[in-house]
This record gives sequence, structure tokens and C-alpha cells, in this order.
Amino acid sequence: MAVLEVKNLGISFGGLRAVDGFNVSIEKGQLYGLIGPNGAGKTTIFNMLTGVYKPTDGTIFLDGVNITGRKTTEINKAGVARTFQNIRLFQELSVLDNVKVGLHNGHAYSTITGILRLPKYRRSERRMDARALELLKVFDLDGEAELLASNLPYGKQRKLEIARALATDPKLLLLDEPAAGMNPNETQELMKTIRFVRDNFDMTILLIEHDMKLVSGICEKLTVLNFGQVLAQGDTAAVLNDPEVIKAYLGE
Amino acid sequence: MSFLSNLINGISLGSVYAIIALGYTMVYGIAKMLNFAHGDVIMIGCYAVFMTMSRQGWPPLLSVAFAVVVCTALGMIIEKIAYKPLRRATPLAVLITAIGVSYFLQNSALLIFGADTKSFTSVVAVPPIKLAGGALTIPGTAIVTVAVCLVIMVALTLFIKKTKAGQAMLAVSEDKDAAQLMGININGTISLTFAIGSGLAAIAGVLFCSTYPSLTPYTGSMPGIKAFTAAVFGGIGSVPGALLGGILLGVIEILGRAYISSQLSDAIVFAVLIIVLLVKPTGILGKKVSEKV
Amino acid sequence: MKKTTRDHLITFGLVVVVYLIVQLLIATGNMSSLMQGLLVPMCTYSIVAIGLNLCVGYLGELSIGHAGFMCVGAFSGAVVSKLLSETVTNGILLFVIALAVGTLMAALCGFLIGIPVLRLRGDYLAIVTLAFGEIIKNIINVLYIGKDSQGFHFSLSNPIEIEEEGLWLINGAKGIAKITHLSSFTIGVVLILISLFVVYNLVNSRSGRAIMAIRDNRISAESVGINITKYKLMAFTISAAIAGAGGVLYAHNLSTVTATPANFGYNMSIMILVFVVLGGIGSFRGSIIAAVLLTLLPELLRGLSDYRMLIYSIVLIAMMLFNWSPRMKDFRAAHSLKGRFGKKTAKEAE
Repeated sequence: MAVLEVKNLGISFGGLRAVDGFNVSIEKGQLYGLIGPNGAGKTTIFNMLTGVYKPTDGTIFLDGVNITGRKTTEINKAGVARTFQNIRLFQELSVLDNVKVGLHNGHAYSTITGILRLPKYRRSERRMDARALELLKVFDLDGEAELLASNLPYGKQRKLEIARALATDPKLLLLDEPAAGMNPNETQELMKTIRFVRDNFDMTILLIEHDMKLVSGICEKLTVLNFGQVLAQGDTAAVLNDPEVIKAYLGE
Repeated sequence: MSFLSNLINGISLGSVYAIIALGYTMVYGIAKMLNFAHGDVIMIGCYAVFMTMSRQGWPPLLSVAFAVVVCTALGMIIEKIAYKPLRRATPLAVLITAIGVSYFLQNSALLIFGADTKSFTSVVAVPPIKLAGGALTIPGTAIVTVAVCLVIMVALTLFIKKTKAGQAMLAVSEDKDAAQLMGININGTISLTFAIGSGLAAIAGVLFCSTYPSLTPYTGSMPGIKAFTAAVFGGIGSVPGALLGGILLGVIEILGRAYISSQLSDAIVFAVLIIVLLVKPTGILGKKVSEKV
Repeated sequence: MKKTTRDHLITFGLVVVVYLIVQLLIATGNMSSLMQGLLVPMCTYSIVAIGLNLCVGYLGELSIGHAGFMCVGAFSGAVVSKLLSETVTNGILLFVIALAVGTLMAALCGFLIGIPVLRLRGDYLAIVTLAFGEIIKNIINVLYIGKDSQGFHFSLSNPIEIEEEGLWLINGAKGIAKITHLSSFTIGVVLILISLFVVYNLVNSRSGRAIMAIRDNRISAESVGINITKYKLMAFTISAAIAGAGGVLYAHNLSTVTATPANFGYNMSIMILVFVVLGGIGSFRGSIIAAVLLTLLPELLRGLSDYRMLIYSIVLIAMMLFNWSPRMKDFRAAHSLKGRFGKKTAKEAE
């Protein structure tokens, strides 16, 4: 069964139809790309999938459960985690604490336990520290765990966002332009990391990206969006050779 | 008949709130800041009139004109010294600074004019109108207050709609950066907004003290807070909203004082504010804004 | 030892050392009675400032109505101690009961007020907290509660009559009279330590991280499954509760407590805010130091007391400009050792 099944998703802002009739089905473990020119509605789709926007019509199934119109917090608990195009870290928290916020629901203890520092507090915090460091290690950030998030260089901030999203133990990971602002070397390294995450965390990944090298390098399937509508959908190689897609990207 | 006379007093008080609320609303719309010191500018305006008219014997109109000049200058100076350096800082920092300015004005007045209550002589010399065979009296101050409020509203609306400076104000409140790219002088526009708002505050203060004649260094803070409430009530950033919010608030306050409890009238006003914000967080005529993700 | 733990221990140690020094000064007769009279108010301001700092520094919301919560704590605590003063003879126990009730009532008010208020943002929230503070003060000023052989009498806005030998609990604007003097410097210091314990442990726990995450970025906090309403309410309620505890201490240091603007008005809220801002937003230790120094300062420089508030306001404005204006930020970055050798923060690099 598909991890994510989206049927006929659409949203209007006032009179503007930003996304219309969007369908996608993503299998478990797939690396799926969502591409398209600027303003095509890619981030809007992410916002609908994570409950930031309520879709005007259509349904979203996660692992067979209808999550359409639920609140962001609930959707994350159901198993969708994301990163943001314009990085949204907890700037005044340490790198480690950013990930530990992601572990919030997985390692619960009550506020009273925390204030009184009961044994459960120490146990949970130790486990959270260990898990957070493990995740940071995947992104080669474990050396900077104590730094403030805002002190990280740009590329590492993007990675930290992915680590934080993974900490919520999602079924589906949405990455919004993970390679934006990275140089070719960093992008190369990021591709490796994304593949590593997919393989080792058993993750299903949907990503928005403009870097065609990254898209053709790691995505198994693609959907191309143009003016809010699906232009092409299918295996990466086939989609990228579609004359319609080439036309949309290069103009006539 | 007592209901009608209460209603008239309410509208009169509401008109004062509306004029003060204009200052809040314009500054909020353009500088996106809550000018907490606005109420204290009113108080300074009242002292300016008191010192010149009651002490020096200036004619009322000249005194009021003097107060307007003082407050206009004061508003621009405050903006330049305290707010301008913080134009890109967090709203929290700006708000705390504004509270500091408010404190500064109150305590300066305390040192200069003393803590004792000054009894303010009304600047209005219009005779009251008696209606229905003397059963209903409309005080002269109320007539003047409402008239002045309406004139200001119309003039301000025309100013914003018809003049270049007014259009610049609209543009800056819509999008500061875009306005700057269009060649609008942002600093000048913000300064002008403070000048107009503070000048109006002087007029409002004089009208307020003509009805409620006890003047202390803290005279401005309550009407200031209530006028801000009125601005929020009507939808902050909106000129008609300030008028609507001000009048409604004044009427609620006076009717609450007359029919529910005289001591609880402030509590009633604030309770109304909270209820309005719960139902419509942007006020009656306010626009909804959402954050871009 | 972790850096934060060491930091907390320093604060606790500082409080204890100051306490011991003060006790020594009193024992050796080196402290004027005027100074001794300032000790409990100093503790009160410190406690309320700690509570407000949790709200401003960690929740990231400005409240200018914390005097209202202090007021609730003061009045409910004093009512309870007056009611029970016959039955509970142990002063400490009586104070603890009053403290529990006052703190709980303030927490309850914080919770009820927080539900609507926390939906608003920024300036709106600030003005509504102010409105609530004024409402609370206004209501207490017209509240009459008395007890006599007929039972309890209660009235809002109309003075009531009770029997000659009856007991006035709250007498409208005259407030509560003849309160048992239960507060002491020692109790105040213990309360400061407890407040510190609560806030330090809170901000370094899972809930504290959630609160700060919401402050830093609400949208991404939601995206990692943080319940925004729950944690905002929690922080606001705890903050109100601490202010309430400060109020209980304050009331039991006075023989008569009234809800005047000077006690619990918006000026008090501002004064506490000044302590928080000058001590450093987010630094509990700073809040305490600022509260103590600024309470002492005018007494030490007696001639200045007329200018106290004026100086406060100038210092407040100057501090804000120095700390927050972009030009000053650049200046400090260029001229501080940290700026030269440390890593530039992303914000400054912008």
C-alpha cells in the first residue's frame, strides 16, 4: 500500500486557483521528486500535506488514514515531517536542543517530572541526548551540538532541519529545496546523505528541488507541476525527456 | 431623557477617544508600532494650554494652537530619538522603549508641574442647547467636541485620499520596502505621521480636559489606553475604524457607568475589548493578515 | 558538570551568600531599620520579576499586567490567612496555606486569562494583559466580603453592613486591614530559591524546550508536533502563579493591603518589566540583581528619590536603544572581544 495517497487535491486563495487536481501515490521507501517552475504551487502542496493550509478540495491519505484538514501538530504525530524552503530553525536553541525538540513526542515525560527532576527525567533526557547525537552524526553535525543553531553556516542549517524532522520519527519526510544555496560539492554530499537516510531509516521521501543534477541523481519518480497543475508524472528519466516538460522549463 | 443625555455624553467622550485613536491607528499602520507614549503627549498638550491660558491669560484659540505646535514637535522628536533607531528591531524592544518614553513624559511632567491636580478651565465658550422644553440639555463642550471630531475625520480622509503625502502614507503602511523602491521618503512619511497624530492628540487633550477638568501628570494615560482600545476595537490601521471604535467605546463607558456600576466602568470597557478581540482578533473593520510559510 | 548546571548553582549560591551577609549585618546591628524594611519588598520584586521573565524571555510574550496576578495572590492569600488566623496558630503553617491558595488563585487567573489572550499576538496581547490587570484591580476595589454570625456576606459594588463583632475580609477600596505580619526576609529568600528552582528546571526540561521552540518559530514548532496552546498556556500560568506567590509575600508584609494603582496598578507592572529588561531578558539571575539594586539605589542616594522614576525611564530607553538598535549592534560586534574572535551569529551577519 502507498504511504502517501493524494487524490484530486486543490486549493483556491480568493479567486486564484493555486493548485488544481493534484494526484500522487508514493510507495514505501520511494524517493519522489516534485519539480516545476517558480510559483507552480510546489510549496503550497507541502503546506497542504502538513496542514498549514486547509485544502479546498481533495483528500490526503497517510498509510491509509485520511489526514485531510487536520492540524499541523496532529499531522506530524500521524507521521509527516518536513523542512522549510526558508530555513526555520529554533535560532536561540543549541543544535542539540533543536533535535531534542523534534524528539518531544517520542520521549514524553510530564512537566512536573521535569521540574522535580525525578529519575524518569534523567533517564529520558539521557536517551534523548543519545538519540539526538546519533541523528546529528548522520549529518556530520555532532561536533557542533553545543553551538547555537543560528551560528551554523547555511548549508549545515539545512541539514539540521532534516535531522530535526527525522527526530519526530516520521513515515514520510518532505524536503523543501534541501540543496538551495549549496555548492556542487555540498549538493553531492547531500545526495549521499538523503540516500543514506532513505536506506537506514526506512524512509519515504518527497522532495522539492530545482537542482536537476540532484533530482535526476536520486529521485526514482517525478511529478512536474506547472501553473498549479500536473504537467507530467512517472519515472524520472521518462519525465525529464518529455517534450512538454522541456518546453515548460526552457520556454519555446 | 436621562438616557438621551447619557448617550450624548457618551458620543462626546467617544469623539475624544476617536481623535486620540487616530494617532494610534496611523502610527500603527505605518510604523507597525504601538506608540505607548501617545497618551502622555495628550497630557503635555493639556499642560501647554493650562500654562498659557490659565496662567498667562492667552486667548483660548492661541493656547490651543500653541499646544498643537508643542505636541507636533514633541511627537517628531520622540520618533527621531527613541523609535527611529529601532526601526528594524523586534516589536517587543520597540514596545518597551515606548513604555519608557511614556514613563519619561509622566515623570518629567511630575517634576516640572508637580503632582497636585490642576483644575483646567474649559476652552469652549459655546452655550448649551436646551431641547424639549429644557428637559434635555446638550452641553456646549459636547457640541464642539463632536463637531471637531467630524471635521478632523473628514479632513484626514481627504488628506489621505487626495494628497501626495497622504498616498505616500498609504503606500508605506501597505509595504515599506516596495514604497521605498518607488522613491517614497520613508523617514519623512513616518515623521509626518507622528506629527499629525501628536498634533491631533493636543486637540483631543484639550477637549477631554474641557469636559473632565482635573489635570495631573497621569491624566493622559487612561484616555490613551482607552483610545488604543478603541483603535483595536475598530480595527487598527483603519481611519473609519478609529471613529467607530471611539464612539462605541465612549458610549459603552458612559452607559455602563450610568446603568451598571460607576466604579466598574473601566472594567466594562476592557471586558468589551477582550470579547471583541476574541470574536474578531483584528477588530471590527480590521483586515486579516496571515504569515507566509 | 554541564555549563547550565554550573550557571544555576552560581545563582543559588549568590542568593544564599547575600542572605547570610544580610543576616550578619542585622545581627551585628549594622543595618538601619529603613534598610531592613526594604528586604521583603526586594524579595517580592525579585520573585515577580522571575515570573515575568519566564513570560517575556522564554515564552516571548510581553505582559504588562503582571501586577494583576500579584494582586490576586495578595488578596486571596490575605483573605485566607485572616480567616484561618484563629484556627491555625503556627505562623509558618498559616503562611504556607495562604501561599498555596494565593499561588493557586493567581495560576487559575493566569490560565483563564491565557486561554483568550494567547490567541493574540504581540502588541495586542500586551494591551490585553494590561486590560486584565486593570479589570482585576477595578473589581477588587468594589468587592466587599465580610463574615459574622450570620455567615458570609458578599457584594460587588455596594457597601454592605455586617454585625459589630463581624470580621471584614475585604472592605472595598479600603482593602484588607489588620493582616497578620507573616512575611520575613528568610521566607522571602526561601521563596526566591523555590521560584528559581521551578523556572530553571522548567526551562531545561522537555516542556521548557517546547516553550522556547514556540518563541523562536511557531510554525516549525507545530511541524514537529508541539502543542502550541498547551505550552503557551503552561508558561503563562506558571508565570502568573509565581507573580501570585510574590503577591502573597507582599501582602503579609503590610498591615493593610489595598488595590491602589501604586500597589498593583500598571506602574507596578512596568516597574517589574524594567527589572526584567535591565537584568537581561531571559536571565533570571539578572532579574534578581536588577530588582535588588534598583530598589536599593534610591534609598542609598536619598536626594535622588524625586528623580528615581525619571532616571528609570531614561535608563530603560537607553538600554533598549543600546541593546536593540541595529547600529549599536554593529558597533558592539566591532568593538567587543567576542565580536572579534567569536563566531558571528547569523542575525548579525545579515
